[in-house]
Amino acid sequence: MLEEPHDIALTVNGVHRTARAPARRLLSDLLRHDLGLTGTHVGCEHGVCGCCTVLLDGDPVRSCLLFAVTAAGHEVTTVEGLAAPDGTPSPVQRAFRECHGLQCGFCTPGFLCTVTALLRETPRPTEDQVLEGISGNLCRCTGYQNIVKSVRRAAELAAADGAATDEGTA
Amino acid sequence: MGTRVFGEPVRRREDARLLTGRGRFLDDLGRDALAAAFVRSPHAHARVLDIDVMDALDVDGLVAVYTSEDLPGGVGEPLPLLIPHPALTHGRTAYPLARGIVRHVGEPVAMVVARDRYLAEDAAERVRVEYETLPAVVGIEAATRAEHLVHDDVPGNVGAVLVQETGDAAAAVDAAPHRLEFRLSIERSASTPLEGRGVYARWDADDGSLRVYTSTQASTGVRAAIAARLGLPNGKVEVIAPDVGGGFGVKIVHPWPEEVLVPWAARLLGREVKWAEDRREHFVSAAHERGQVQDVRVGFDGEGRVLGLDVRIRHDHGAYTPYGIIVPIVTSTQLLGPYRIGAYRAEVTSLYTNTVMVTPYRGAGRPQGVFCMERTMDRIARHLGLDRADVRAANLIQPDEFPYDQGLTFQDGRPLVYDSGDYPELLRRARELVGWDGFEADRAAAASRGRRVGVGIGIYVEGTGVGPYEGGHVEIDTAGRVHVSTGLTSQGQSHETVFAQIAAAELGVPLADVRVTTGDTRRFGYAVGTFASRAAVMSGNAIALACRKVRAKALRIAGEALEADPGDLDIADGVVHVKGDPSASLPLRTVAVLSNPLRYAFDAETAAATQFATGRPVTEPPVAPGDEPGLEGRDYYSPVRSTFAAGAHAAVVEVDPDTAEIAILRYVVVHDCGRLVNPMVVEGQIHGGVAQGVGGALYERMVYDGSGQLLNASFMDFLMPYATEVPRIETDHLETPSPLNPLGVKGAGEAGVIPVSAVIASAVEDAEGIRIDAMPLSPDDLFALRRQVESAGGVASAGMGERGACDLGGGAGGVASAGISERGASDPGGGAGGVASAGISERGASNPGGGAGGVARGAGDLQPRQRVDDNAVAARQRRNRDTSG
Repeated sequence: MLEEPHDIALTVNGVHRTARAPARRLLSDLLRHDLGLTGTHVGCEHGVCGCCTVLLDGDPVRSCLLFAVTAAGHEVTTVEGLAAPDGTPSPVQRAFRECHGLQCGFCTPGFLCTVTALLRETPRPTEDQVLEGISGNLCRCTGYQNIVKSVRRAAELAAADGAATDEGTA
Repeated sequence: MGTRVFGEPVRRREDARLLTGRGRFLDDLGRDALAAAFVRSPHAHARVLDIDVMDALDVDGLVAVYTSEDLPGGVGEPLPLLIPHPALTHGRTAYPLARGIVRHVGEPVAMVVARDRYLAEDAAERVRVEYETLPAVVGIEAATRAEHLVHDDVPGNVGAVLVQETGDAAAAVDAAPHRLEFRLSIERSASTPLEGRGVYARWDADDGSLRVYTSTQASTGVRAAIAARLGLPNGKVEVIAPDVGGGFGVKIVHPWPEEVLVPWAARLLGREVKWAEDRREHFVSAAHERGQVQDVRVGFDGEGRVLGLDVRIRHDHGAYTPYGIIVPIVTSTQLLGPYRIGAYRAEVTSLYTNTVMVTPYRGAGRPQGVFCMERTMDRIARHLGLDRADVRAANLIQPDEFPYDQGLTFQDGRPLVYDSGDYPELLRRARELVGWDGFEADRAAAASRGRRVGVGIGIYVEGTGVGPYEGGHVEIDTAGRVHVSTGLTSQGQSHETVFAQIAAAELGVPLADVRVTTGDTRRFGYAVGTFASRAAVMSGNAIALACRKVRAKALRIAGEALEADPGDLDIADGVVHVKGDPSASLPLRTVAVLSNPLRYAFDAETAAATQFATGRPVTEPPVAPGDEPGLEGRDYYSPVRSTFAAGAHAAVVEVDPDTAEIAILRYVVVHDCGRLVNPMVVEGQIHGGVAQGVGGALYERMVYDGSGQLLNASFMDFLMPYATEVPRIETDHLETPSPLNPLGVKGAGEAGVIPVSAVIASAVEDAEGIRIDAMPLSPDDLFALRRQVESAGGVASAGMGERGACDLGGGAGGVASAGISERGASDPGGGAGGVASAGISERGASNPGGGAGGVARGAGDLQPRQRVDDNAVAARQRRNRDTSG
């Protein structure tokens, strides 16, 4: 009975996707193993490490704490969907590279999704807001210093991109 | 050379894929593979009476269940003892699946293979194992008492007794004008990479070959082990470390039971099989480190110079010893640090306990050794009323004393001889950077506002780049691309970038033309592995040497074509040219074409190398004797002995007078790893190391109860630092090149973590005036220490009572020290960690008996993590954080 499949239709990175999966299948497993989007990582499966963070209708969520069936009808953005359609990396992605905000890269997709949402909500975060914003994601490699730097840099890059866009449309 | 790339903070080549979800970690591979799950022992020590798999067979999607009886020949035999040592008289390793007895919670008992992981876990839950529990030996004190044995045939639970000695330490201590004696302890922690272990195997029945992907630090070692166990020639087994999500030591152990069983099952079933470890499995079935108790006797003169040091170390190595006694060897040798010690003796007793085995975790025994030495330096300073940094300075090896022979044998079996360094300069810079000499004013200013601060310092030496060897292969193809490969693996250390920088600099090619492959036996079959901060030294130099061969060959071939003396040629931007005459030039891609005499052209470019096109003399063979076709080269670097990096760290801490919370206000690192290949990468390594050190100093401990259950086997309960717990790290670099290798580099990977516990202990002790003997130190611990001191009659206010309490020449132990050393003697592995763990075990209601892993899968305890205790600390850190960094 646990294995009785359900049809799940959702939008992932702007693309309509369907899958059949049992009710107990986690969203993280659906993304990774059914849809092949392995950029979302699983580090603890109890919602503490933040590696599996994706955006559900724009808000960061732990995909290891959600059943895939509950995401039906929603929009999910994963790390694979953060760059522009033409492949241009997002300000957050560029900033992490520029500031050496990653080492092994396993926690990185979770940070990128978290920070993307953070800056959307708070485009010019204070130091406290940056720390608070990433304080639910574990990284074992970087010691966070360069991640904090990356967030601040991403805010600058996003502001510059915004200014450029504004000029372009004016 | 055209572009300067060596020594530059070049951005990483790895990042493009890792930032876009295109990294390929172990569990990202093998989407259609069958999934393995393991039934693991819920008991720390038990006899396995019966395993009943009948219920499991009803699970739809089940493919196979295996117990140890099913494992043939070498597959079922005990795993290898990787590093034998004469002192390890009673080495013991586990069976891949338990046979008869289980010796720690988490030991694998049965393997289940099913269509997917959910079903495999369903089936694993239905495997009924009947156990007869046996008394568990938990913690160093219980192991020492040996009322019960972990292994029936290991008397006293003693696996090894190792002595490191130079001079007559006991006599030197006895004869010294001043003497102290005390006990120190450090609890268990673990590497805890965010990606657990994992193995994925594909058997090719037609070819009779096996391809194995594993999240390892030693792919060639895994290959050799699998080949031996499965009775295959090495050439029929390929092992690849894909992107690895952190290692920090734990993934150097090999073969893990799963690394034998998954490939074996894949061959038996003729199907792809994969196992990806879950978090609970990692806590209870991978490996831990640190746990030691040290009894120290030291004798010194009035200047604080150490005349004799006699240390007895009891080391908890858990249930098995597959990695030998490397950790205590490193502790007992690296303990000496940057100091010239008169006579030294360390006696290590390595003890079995019914807990997860102990193998290297970043630092690999050094943090314990440095804790011992640096606590000793602080004790000496207090005793004599001298400045702590001055006492260290009085003991330092001087720059003109290199090479400096410590008179011991290091972990590579070679003499412990330091190659180069400038320890006084490290200390001077750390003092200056942290404001050591003006700190009393800071302390007074803080005190006037009701704040309590302290400063601490610590110095370490790290043997890096141990042998026996690594190799590098470099090939320039006919498109001008440079392919570099080395056998050692990567777990986030930026090897693709750093090795590319070395190759680009050596060859004179654009960085963008270089591609690096690591840890893939298909590309390079001989390697040792990634550990002991050795990658830059070992593979870095091997690649440089291979590049020099290729460069020489390129100049020779280009010289023939350009009719120039190779000595007059140089390479820049991938083009060979005559020095001073850029017009006489030949791109390396053309040199690559010419290097390979052809019969068949495969494009217009290669036509130049065919037999009717070359103008070579017909009287000579197309490939000269001793030469080889192709513009490629292979070389190895095998050092006589290790290089020795060093550093000095200092920290300012604040302790809350009421709640005993500890906040790190400043953290300063002065670091010397020889020549820097990429300063950005080195800084990143230091940051990460210090963060792990902060975890080890203030938050992380493995809390076992008396029955051997790990009470905090989840990220909810094992407190790994978040961004809010790690201070901003201020760094400074000193570069004393190593004379031992062509690049002059030393390793940097582990450095950051090594002295942190010692430095924090030093700083908290300075702030509190209470002796700190044991790490990690939680607010609970510190609060308890304060109360002990208070109830002992306020000895703390009398300058910690060290003279009376500890000086062997001056009366027996005072009250304060009695209370404290009781704490110091507390069993680090056992008794739920003493006072310290009250807070943790309260939160740690995590399923102690639930073996089989994967408690969280499906539903389970999924509350947000609570870190109430840490909020105030974090807030204070943030107030004091320098926002400019």
